[in-house]
Amino acid sequence: MFPKFNRALGAPWAKPLWFLASCLPAVWLLAAAFTDQLGANPAEALVRSTGDWTLRALCLVLAITPIRNLLQLSGLARMRRMAGLFVYFYAVLHLLAYSWFDMNFELADITRDIGKRPFILVGFSAWLLLTPLALTSFNRAIKALGAGRWQVLHRLVYGIAGLGLLHFFWMRAGKNNFAEVAVYAVILALLLGWRVYRRWAAPARNHRAVAAAGGVGR
Amino acid sequence: MLIRSDNSAFNHPIPSEITPQTVYARRRQLLKSIAALGAGAGLASWAARDAWAQPGWGVPPGKLAALATQASKVEGANTMEKVTPYKDASSYNNFYEFGTDKSDPAANAHTLKTSPWSVEIEGLVKKPGKFALEDLLKLSPMEERIYRLRCVEGWSMVIPWVGYSLAELIRKVEPLGSAKYVEFVSLADPKTMPFVGSRVLDWPYVEGLRLDEAMHPLTLLGFGMYGEVLPNQSGAPVRLVVPWKYGFKSAKSIVKIRFTEKQPGTAWNKAAANEYGFYSNVNPNVDHPRWSQATERRIGEGGLFAKRSKTLMFNGYETQVGQLYAGMDLKKNY
Repeated sequence: MFPKFNRALGAPWAKPLWFLASCLPAVWLLAAAFTDQLGANPAEALVRSTGDWTLRALCLVLAITPIRNLLQLSGLARMRRMAGLFVYFYAVLHLLAYSWFDMNFELADITRDIGKRPFILVGFSAWLLLTPLALTSFNRAIKALGAGRWQVLHRLVYGIAGLGLLHFFWMRAGKNNFAEVAVYAVILALLLGWRVYRRWAAPARNHRAVAAAGGVGR
Repeated sequence: MLIRSDNSAFNHPIPSEITPQTVYARRRQLLKSIAALGAGAGLASWAARDAWAQPGWGVPPGKLAALATQASKVEGANTMEKVTPYKDASSYNNFYEFGTDKSDPAANAHTLKTSPWSVEIEGLVKKPGKFALEDLLKLSPMEERIYRLRCVEGWSMVIPWVGYSLAELIRKVEPLGSAKYVEFVSLADPKTMPFVGSRVLDWPYVEGLRLDEAMHPLTLLGFGMYGEVLPNQSGAPVRLVVPWKYGFKSAKSIVKIRFTEKQPGTAWNKAAANEYGFYSNVNPNVDHPRWSQATERRIGEGGLFAKRSKTLMFNGYETQVGQLYAGMDLKKNY
């Protein structure tokens, strides 16, 4: 559909450019923190924005396969692993910001907090489940696990998306403030709904699409 | 057990040791004139810099109309803790009528029309009626009170408020013997308040106190902060300030005060009764269901890496207000 764009995605500079673009939010937050641009409560701003960017990165990585198929951008497949690793990168920053600014790195306090607050438990679980996905993202791991097992493991990301959304919902529930939560819920529902539709409702069309896109997609 | 330490809230100077604002304002004026005479404008600004403005919290921001005040003689009304910068206190607010983000009120509240303004007093009082803002301003001498403000979200500030004890107004309207509670109703004008009508809360915003809490001298009817009238985002032109309770108990932009026999249904309590109780006294030992209340982050202090500080019982006003709750189970009456 967009052959030029698709070719550009295959260019040698496309990956570095994607990498730099994915770093931008972190760089911007860091710069804002050092120049006092984060408002009256910079610690809270950092904890929240790293969480926001984790959710956004998650939406992005889950959008790659649907967009690749719908717009026939096979070149996007190259970016998926890196996009996935950036979800983990922002999740780690989020966890670090929380541990540092909210908890002063007191391990006992963090453990107690995880046990006490369900939304922290849910967020922490999501991070925990992301960890094996990040650790098995290199080629040798895929070979060692075998493609089938690797794929099953990486389907965890759907559960992680649900947990991440629940974490955000629960955080906002205290103030009945669900407008933003609804936006992410709709995006994730569309991205996961597309997969469900493709798998069960339109299997015949789907196989042709997969073959045309050059492989199995998730 | 009461532990007294250097950084505890209980080391207040005795009121006679606090220099009244009129006196230190005169000193500043004197310094300014000396500097102006001796070395011109450059030195004048140096003489007027914050360091000279002791003991106080600095100079008014010069943004809004000034309010003349006298020092408060109410016990506990002048914490010596470092006052939060005006910039932070006027840009980081919860005022849901203007949006749910903390930067929303400062961005949106310019539409609030604070004049003409009146406050209706109704319910179980001998003298109900409507008070024009001008009359309320003259009802009792304006005092400056430097209070800690603790938000239920786990952050805190120190604000120099301007106003007088709500008790002054209550005495004027003479509550009947049957009056047990006081209800405060905030303005809910969808034309000037863009988020009135959002489903976050039932509008108008309603808050309430027990009559004895409302009569406590620390309970302030506030008209200003930092020596000036309240900025819109802080609840102009008249608000409540109850320093030993979480911030949301201090209703903003009040249009109605009602005396009732039954406990009023308050906004956040109606929205989530298991999370926000009617009393909502600051209490480090009773956690919010989803977060701990043991510590707080002081806004504008120590930058990003400042440690959170311990939250004090009744926000440090236990000696003044503890007896109001004698014999009550504060875990149940949160």
